Amino acid sequence: MKGLFIISGLGILAMLAEIFKFKKILYPLVLVGILAAYLVNFTEWNNNITIPMFSNMIRFDNVALAFSGVILITAFFWFILANDYFEQDHVTDHFALVLFALVGAIMLTSFSNMTTLFLGVEILSIPMYVLAASKKRDLASNEAGFKYLIMGSFASGFLLFGIALIYGATGSFDLMAIRSFISQAQGSLPVFFYAGVLMVLVAMLFKVSAAPFHFWAPDVYEGSPTVITALMSTIVKTAAFAAFMHLFLVVFGGVSEVWSNVLAVVIALSLIVSNITAATQQSVKRMLAYSSISHAAFMLMAILANNRGWASINAILYYSLAYSIGSILAFTVLYNVSKSRKSSGIEAFNGLGKRHPFLAACMVIAMLSLAGIPVTAGFFAKYFVFTVLIGTSFKWLLILAVITSAVGVYYYFKVIIAMYFKQDDSQEDVRMETSHALLLAVSSLITIALGLVPNFVIEIFS
Amino acid sequence: MLNGIPINFYIMLSAVLFIIGVIGVMARRNAIIIFMCIELMLNAVNLLLVAFSTLHNDASGQVFVFFIMAVAAAEVAVGLAILSMVYRNFKSIDIDLLSRLKN
Repeated sequence: MKGLFIISGLGILAMLAEIFKFKKILYPLVLVGILAAYLVNFTEWNNNITIPMFSNMIRFDNVALAFSGVILITAFFWFILANDYFEQDHVTDHFALVLFALVGAIMLTSFSNMTTLFLGVEILSIPMYVLAASKKRDLASNEAGFKYLIMGSFASGFLLFGIALIYGATGSFDLMAIRSFISQAQGSLPVFFYAGVLMVLVAMLFKVSAAPFHFWAPDVYEGSPTVITALMSTIVKTAAFAAFMHLFLVVFGGVSEVWSNVLAVVIALSLIVSNITAATQQSVKRMLAYSSISHAAFMLMAILANNRGWASINAILYYSLAYSIGSILAFTVLYNVSKSRKSSGIEAFNGLGKRHPFLAACMVIAMLSLAGIPVTAGFFAKYFVFTVLIGTSFKWLLILAVITSAVGVYYYFKVIIAMYFKQDDSQEDVRMETSHALLLAVSSLITIALGLVPNFVIEIFS
Repeated sequence: MLNGIPINFYIMLSAVLFIIGVIGVMARRNAIIIFMCIELMLNAVNLLLVAFSTLHNDASGQVFVFFIMAVAAAEVAVGLAILSMVYRNFKSIDIDLLSRLKN
């Protein structure tokens, strides 16, 4: 709860920095503020006094605190990655936009009313539209921002229509009231309630970019500035999944027969489409966009296993942490390589292993983690998702997931092969700042540590 | 029943408005018209919420409408700003021009 206040305050402070001329110290101030919000977040652990707040609009229970923790630590890493994004003009506006997007993300982990769900989605999305289009003279960035805006508001329309129909059937926006209404109605709900649930499902699938609602994602991810792509595929994704999980595991769990088959088909499609398309990509940035669709499908599998209780929530939490840290690692390397070599294609990585062994080693850890090879966090992330799914009637998805993961290994290894076995055609040296090197070292260590002692996170709720 | 009109009529009217909006977003190529169609979708939702709110005799549905109006205004403000930037670079607001990234 206090974390949400601190981040909101920081956002307002960032806007004031322009007027009161403390732009220079804003960057360290924001870093300290986010770290403070992260620490304060954990002082509220198991502290039942803080729930619920604001006439039951927001509920910071332990699940919400854990997901806000993942979001805040990723945000801290992201601000270190994005340090020179904040050296152009309109610095304070960019700070404020990112911080307000974070406020929306934290609201999405802790909403307990449809109103706060809608507000959280919009507070997260509207700054992201602006940030995607923030390279004003770059046509690709313009296009990315515009597409993101159209698809985002389109999805919001579906979300709202779904909420309106659910409100019509149950007479309340409160999630707990809706949940108890579902369990009392015993199957005698009006037809338009089910239509509402499916429309909310479609809107959330748009937001997490699962196939067949993924078509906007690769264009938006590729067109946006690289650091903003990193923000989208870590924080926005984690927040969207926290919301998805809360809605469909907790609230609509009682009517799972309506949405679980639709979700299973969506997962199968996402796995096939994303992995096959990713294998044909020449740009690493676009490949990471498709790989984020495939990771979304894995996280959706844990939501599909809705009769497993805490195990599903633990699996999603572990997966989003592993994926966020792995992505930050991959995007930091990609950002430095593409800045020096003016290209984000796979050929930009040629010969990196000899000239920059540290950078290449970090990229190897990132790729192994995203591919799900043991000793890294990504392996256990997939393993835990599989263990929750095996107790359900959707075992056929497991076979598909294993096959498509093998395709995944192929395209992640293309980068590793380029780094170690391709000749370097005397390309530019990659210059890297010390803060980025530190970030790489820390997040590599976290990725390996999470893979060695997964119990630390996976048994957090029981 | 609201003033003698069954609630199903309201649901159908807003569903039709919503579908017109959806078709408009998918079929039209002019960015301004697309924005108007998104507004149409949101207003269909507003109509539905007000109808349900009267049906349940519960004010929270009408309060939600104010949230939707405020957020829609913010969204359009951001949208038009992005659109004017796109126009400055492309000299057009036809969204077919915005498909360079596809290939």
